[in-house]
Amino acid sequence: MRLAFSLLGIVVATLLTVAMLFTPGWVRPPIISTQTGYRGTGQEQLISAQNKRILEAANALPAPIDKASPSGERATSAYKNVKVLTDLSTDEFNRLMVAITQWVSPDQGCAYCHTDDLADDGIYTKIVARRMIAMTRDINKEWTSHVGDVGVTCYTCHRGQPVPKNVWYENPGARHAGGMAAHNYGFGHPSTSNGTTALPVDPFTPHLLGDDNIRVVGKTPLPTTQGASIQQTEQSYALMMHMSQALGVNCTFCHNSRAFLDWSQSAPQRTAAWNGLQMMREVNAVYLETLKSLYPANRLGPLGDSPKANCGTCHQGVSKPLYGQSMLQDFPELGGKAAR
Amino acid sequence: MAYYQNIFTQVQVRADAPHPGVPVPGMKRTSWATFSHLLGRIGNAQIGPIYLGYLGTLSLVFGFIAFEIIGLNMWASVNWDPVQFVRQLPWLALEPPKPQYGIKIFPPLSEGGWWLFAGFFLTSSVLLWWWRMYRRARALGLGTHTAWAFLSAIWLYLVLGFIRPLLMGSWSEAVPFGIFPHLDWTAAFSIRYGNLFYNPFHMLSIVFLYGSALLFAMHGATILAVGRFGGEREIEQIIDRGTASERAALFWRWTMGFNATMESIHRWAWWFAVLCPLSGGIGILLTGTVVDNWYLWGVLHGIAPEYPHVFAPVVDPALTTGGAP
Repeated sequence: MRLAFSLLGIVVATLLTVAMLFTPGWVRPPIISTQTGYRGTGQEQLISAQNKRILEAANALPAPIDKASPSGERATSAYKNVKVLTDLSTDEFNRLMVAITQWVSPDQGCAYCHTDDLADDGIYTKIVARRMIAMTRDINKEWTSHVGDVGVTCYTCHRGQPVPKNVWYENPGARHAGGMAAHNYGFGHPSTSNGTTALPVDPFTPHLLGDDNIRVVGKTPLPTTQGASIQQTEQSYALMMHMSQALGVNCTFCHNSRAFLDWSQSAPQRTAAWNGLQMMREVNAVYLETLKSLYPANRLGPLGDSPKANCGTCHQGVSKPLYGQSMLQDFPELGGKAAR
Repeated sequence: MAYYQNIFTQVQVRADAPHPGVPVPGMKRTSWATFSHLLGRIGNAQIGPIYLGYLGTLSLVFGFIAFEIIGLNMWASVNWDPVQFVRQLPWLALEPPKPQYGIKIFPPLSEGGWWLFAGFFLTSSVLLWWWRMYRRARALGLGTHTAWAFLSAIWLYLVLGFIRPLLMGSWSEAVPFGIFPHLDWTAAFSIRYGNLFYNPFHMLSIVFLYGSALLFAMHGATILAVGRFGGEREIEQIIDRGTASERAALFWRWTMGFNATMESIHRWAWWFAVLCPLSGGIGILLTGTVVDNWYLWGVLHGIAPEYPHVFAPVVDPALTTGGAP
C-alpha cells in the first residue's frame, strides 16, 4: 500500500513537472535583470537570455538600398496620378517603391498594388498604401514626441508581410449564448489583448479608437466626487497589460508601482508612452478606420471594422521598435527630420 | 514493527464497527458510517454518521443553487461549448451589474441580475451554515468559538459583496464570481484606491494573516515535537512535572523567555485568525467610502516615505498639451 502511494506520488510529480515545462509562459533561465529606478522600488526590467536572442534576431534590419538623388526629374512629371509623394525626384520615388515591395509585399511583388497601368487605382491595396505613406510621413513629422528622431518606416510594422502581424479589430467577446445569460461586458476570457487575464478582451476600442479616460486612480486622499468604477479600472488595467506585453516590459518601466498615478515618481518613458497613446488615437481614427469601405470582407473584423494599430503593431515585443535602429535616416523619402 | 505512538502515527487504530457517537437529545444522525484507510492517513478513519438537519439541508440546497447560477452563466459565456468551458474555466466570470444600475435590486438578468441572485443564494447558504454550526456546538454542550470565528470570515465576505457596495451606492463595486476574475478585481481595486498597502487596516490584516501562519507553525511544531512524550494528550499532562506539556513550555521559555500556556496558545491562535478578516473587512469598508487614495492618505499622515529621484523630472503631459488623459 505504502509503495503504491509512493509510486503514484512520483508519477504525479513527474507528470506535473513535464506539464509545467511545456506550459506556455514558461521562461527558461537565465533571466537578465536590469535595475532602472531607485533601490527598493522594484523598478527593474527582466528578460530571459533566450527571449533576448530571439528578439534581437527578429529585429535585425533588412538589406539596405542604395541612396537616390533628390534632384533631377520630378516624380510628378515621370508618373501620372502621384498624390502624396509629390516632393520626390523620380529616383527617390523609384527607390521608395522598391523598398516598399521589399518591406510589405516581397512575395507578391509590384502586382500586389499595381496593374500594368501603374497609374491605375483599381486595386484597393494601392489606395491603402498611398494612405499609409501619408500616415508614415505624418507620424515622422508631427509625432516626434513619440517617435523622436528614430521615426518609422513601412518596415516598422510590416516586416515583410502585407498585413502587419499585430493588428486589432473591435472585439465583441467570445461567442456567447445570449438571451438572459450574463454577458459580463467582455470580462472573463483570456486573450492576447488582455495579457491572458480575465480583464476585458477589448481595451482598444474605448482607449485607442475612442478617447475614454485611462486615468482611474483617486486623485485626492479623501473622496470628493464619484470616481472611476472598478470595471472602468479593469478596462484601463487591460490596456496597460497590452502595453506591457507589446513592449516586453514590466509596469515599472514607466511607473513607480506604489503610486501609479504620480508623474513625479515616474520614469521619463511614461511621457513617451502617453504621447504614443495620443498618436494611436489619431492614427486609428484618421488613417485606419476611415479605410473601412475599401477593404474586402476577409480583411475586416467580426463587426466589419478595418484592421487597426496598437502598441504591438510597431513595438513587437521590444520597448523601442527594431531596438531603436533608425531606418528613417536612410529614407528621407518618408519625411520626418531627414526630409526637413 | 510500527507501534502506536500518538495520533500522528501512521498506524491506524480503529474499532470493529464505526462508533455512532454519544447520544444527544433531539439530534438525529444518519445511521450510515464507514471507514476509509486513505482519510485515516490524515485524520480519523471513521466517516459518519453525519447530522444534516433542516439548516444543513437548506444551506446545501441554497449553495447548490448559487453554484448552478454561477456555473451555468459561465458555461453560457462560452456558448455552451464544453471544451471551452473546461479550458477557460479559471478565467470565466459572473460580473456584478454595471455602475449605471446603482443598487437596483433587479437589473436585467444579463447585466448583473444573475450576479445578485447568485449572491443572495450564496449568502443565505453561508448564513444558514453559520447557524447550523452554532446549533451543533450548543447541542454538544460546546462553546460557540467556531461559529464566531466563521462569522469573522463572513463579515469580510459581506463587506466585499454587500455592505460596501451599498455604502458606495453601486453593486458594480462588488467582487465578481470567478477564479481569476476575483483576483483581477483585487488588483484593480487596490490600484483604483491608490494602493491598499498604505491602508492601516490592510496592514493589520496582513500582520494577523502572517501571524496566524507563524503561530500555527510554532504550535504545530511544538505539539509534534513533544508527541514522543504524549504531548497531544494535553489535559492529562497539564498538572504533572516533566511531561510533554512542561517540556513544551520550557522549550519556549528557554528560547524566547516567554511561553503561552496550553490554554492561552489557543486563544492566541483564535484571536489572530479572527482578527485577520475582521481588520481586513474594516480596511475594505473604509476604502472608497471615506478614503479615495490610500497612498495620498499615507503621504498626508507621514507614513509614505519619499524616495530620491533618479529620473529626470517628469511632468504630466496632459497639463501642457491638453490631450485627453
